[in-house]
Order: sequence, then C-alpha cells, then structure tokens
Amino acid sequence: MPPLSQKLIRIALCYLVAGIVLGAALLAEKGLGGTLRLWALLPIHIEFLFFGWMVHLVFGVASWILPRTAAHARPRALMLAALLLNAGIVLVCAGALMPGFSMAPGRGLEIGAVAAFAFHLWPRVRPFMRHVH
Amino acid sequence: MPTIARWYIKTALIYLILALATGMLVALDPAFLRSVPLGPVFIHLFVVGWLTQLIFGVAYWLFPRHSRERPYGPHPWMVPASYIFLNAGLLLRVVGEPLHATYPAWGMVLVVSGLLQALAVGLYAVYLWPRVKVK
Repeated sequence: MPPLSQKLIRIALCYLVAGIVLGAALLAEKGLGGTLRLWALLPIHIEFLFFGWMVHLVFGVASWILPRTAAHARPRALMLAALLLNAGIVLVCAGALMPGFSMAPGRGLEIGAVAAFAFHLWPRVRPFMRHVH
Repeated sequence: MPTIARWYIKTALIYLILALATGMLVALDPAFLRSVPLGPVFIHLFVVGWLTQLIFGVAYWLFPRHSRERPYGPHPWMVPASYIFLNAGLLLRVVGEPLHATYPAWGMVLVVSGLLQALAVGLYAVYLWPRVKVK
C-alpha cells in the first residue's frame, strides 16, 4: 500500500471513531432526554461519517488498489485531493456550528477534492494491458 | 475468504434488504406507523448495517496481512467481538426507536445501542490500524 493511501485510510478510521462516538452521544441525549443541546452537532456526525469516513476510505483504497504505472502517476493530485477534502470538512463543520457562517465554501473545497481525485484516478481506470514476454 | 469476513458480508446483504424494506415503509407512510420515527432506522440500517458492515468484512479479507506468522494479527478475537457488538447495537436501535417514541421511559435502550456501536467501531479500528501498512 503506498504511504499516501495508508494515511488516507488511517484518517478515515479516525473520522469513523469520532463520528460514531458523537453519534452515541447524540443517541444518549435522545434516550435520556438531556438538555445539553447536542443535537446541534448532528451535521458534524453526518459530515464525519460520510466525507470523513467513507470518502477518505474510497480515496485511500482506490489509490492503492487500481492499476498503477509510473506513466500514470499523479501523486500531487492525490495529495491535493486529501488536503482539499480535509479543509472542506473543517469548513463545513464550522459552517454548521457558527451562526452566519456558510457551509458553501467547505462544499466548494470538497468539490475541488473530488475533481483532483478524479484527475489522479482517470488514467488508472483502464483495460488490462497485454504482457509482452 | 475468512469465516468472519463472510459473516460480515452476508449480514450486510441482509441489512440491505431490511433497509430497503424500511425505506419502502417510510415511502408508504401507513397511518398505524405515523408515530414511529422510521427515518433514522432506515438510514442506520443502510449506513451501519449495509455499508459499514460490508466495508469491515471486505477490509478484513483484503487488507495487507499482519505478518506471515500471524496473518490476522495478535488479537483476531477483536473482530468477532466487534461484529457481535455492532449488530447488537444496531438491532437495539431498530427496536429502541419505536419503543422510545411510544414509551419514553425506554430511552436507555438507545443509550446502550449507541455505546455498543461505539465499542464495536473502536475495537475494529484498533484491530485494523496495524494492517493499514505500507508494503
């Protein structure tokens, strides 16, 4: 597994744990009828699990497992995708928590992350090559 | 494919059917179910029961082996334990949502459900961490 794929998958695992712990706290608030107003954190729970866990995992596993050749390597695009995705998640969470702060810039960065990832992956999605001995 | 990976993947397929059946109930919106919050049940059957469980099963099978001597690591028991906690937690959520909506005093079921799912995910993440490695 390449080092960047390893980082992406480990970041995904961190987001998974954070997202599920937050979900357990929300569920506890719901079940016990608490007054902590944790439900304001529901968008963070969703953001962590969809973009933090699943999108990071897909980026990490796809960049590891799809066919690789030196000619098709675009490692900078993958690095850019990782940076934009994490910045996007932070800004979306800030937008969800802070009044008057929009989630739109975060979503914009996430679109950029997916575009960079698609640019990285595009030439690697190809038919089998015939081996010449 | 290892036994526990097959358990995860086959259970995930069953949850997909359950999730879609629940989604159908949400869409039909029958009068006798109007007081029951089926939306969260549908989403969690799909995301936890189907997607996360499928990922856990495939990752256990596919990710780089821990070592030649111990391909599944020094603590492989963590994975079946995680499977039991995750499914117990999810089933408690399925039962707990309508129960809590009808009898709010049963809210503790939701608390236990959340704790079990968090424990399951924590165990699995700790287990998988060393198998996410550079080769």
